[in-house]
Amino acid sequence: MSEKSVKITDENFQELVLESEKLVIVDFWAEWCGPCKALAPILDKICDEFGDKVLVGKVNVDEVKQAPVNYGIRSIPTLLFFHNGEIVRQEVGLQSEQALIDSVNQVIS
Amino acid sequence: MTDKTIHKTIIIGSGPAGLTAAIYAGRANLKPIVFEGNQPGGQLTITTDVENFPGFPDGVMGPEMMDLFRNQAKKFGAECFFKHVTKVDFSSKPFKVYVGDEEFLSETVILSTGASARMLGLEAEKDLMGYGISTCATCDGYFFKDKEIVVVGGGDSAMEEASFLTKFAKKVTIIHRREVFKASKIMLERARNNPKIDIMVNKSILDIKGNQKDGVSSIILKDAIDGKETVFNCEGVFYGIGHIPNTDFLSMFLDVDENGYIITKADSTRTNIDGVFACGDVQDSHYRQAITAAGSGCMAAIDAEKFLENLE
Repeated sequence: MSEKSVKITDENFQELVLESEKLVIVDFWAEWCGPCKALAPILDKICDEFGDKVLVGKVNVDEVKQAPVNYGIRSIPTLLFFHNGEIVRQEVGLQSEQALIDSVNQVIS
Repeated sequence: MTDKTIHKTIIIGSGPAGLTAAIYAGRANLKPIVFEGNQPGGQLTITTDVENFPGFPDGVMGPEMMDLFRNQAKKFGAECFFKHVTKVDFSSKPFKVYVGDEEFLSETVILSTGASARMLGLEAEKDLMGYGISTCATCDGYFFKDKEIVVVGGGDSAMEEASFLTKFAKKVTIIHRREVFKASKIMLERARNNPKIDIMVNKSILDIKGNQKDGVSSIILKDAIDGKETVFNCEGVFYGIGHIPNTDFLSMFLDVDENGYIITKADSTRTNIDGVFACGDVQDSHYRQAITAAGSGCMAAIDAEKFLENLE
């Protein structure tokens, strides 16, 4: 896992995601998911592009039990965009870098 | 970015066909540009173990194998971009390839855009794809632990999906619109003998009910014989109804067969347009294997190289 993103667990979800002051993109992923692996470097680029404005959090669905259930995840990769504790956007499946940049811009503008 | 360079070859698609073409074209010093599309690595990236690719006696994970293909292509000078080609113009030379507003020029184009899972074409798919409707058992099966799900289809891939999904689901019902199965005997028997699998025949799906928050709740079935409609409760719907070639954006220039597959000339990868070549599943509705796709990718690169030589 990249150092640009933070590891999200059921324990720190409240603090790091819901109480965050900036936009948080939560990536639900797993080791066995090919498209998730393809998405990882793209999310790194999002971190580079937006710097302090965006936090990328990773939820490994094999390790984190409650969050995927709470948010009704039925396919990975799924990205949930949280702002002020609310889901403001969600994207299912692999996204291109440009599509993700556009999504982030829409949400933070 | 608009790039005025006239490339020797542009490869559209990055499955075994496209990346093998890239390896050969790279070694032939054609400096291939690969547009990987929105599923880099192609269909193998949503599989698990690949056990029938020669050279991997212990099997290899699909996504890992495609990384190896890509690394090998890059080693010989291929440039791979995670970009999805949206339009081509083969009406004049050099050929034009578009990614949104970006234009790229090339003397030859190798098409290896592959095939995508077929949909039923229901309105509900727009809302529920990824929220209870899935075309990838290996990706999404995990989220249906102890749930009741259905698999749609009557071929080998539907049987395989159903068997795989019993690892997670409480019960899997195969829904097939006919009485006769396309699946091979052994696969059908395996499904029939699995205590977690039920099979319903002569039923087609009219609608899928549910919402993004709670997922799928039920499907509406229509019986082919008496025409009666029934509601069947389930929490997941997996499609195993085959594939369609990704030729939508190409078919105005290229000869395709009645199912949309690109027609290539005998014993070659040549299409009806000189300098445009096709390889892999986009021109093969029959074999559809990683190794046959790779084989035809190699042919396409050799055909493109020959074509360029003859221009000089």
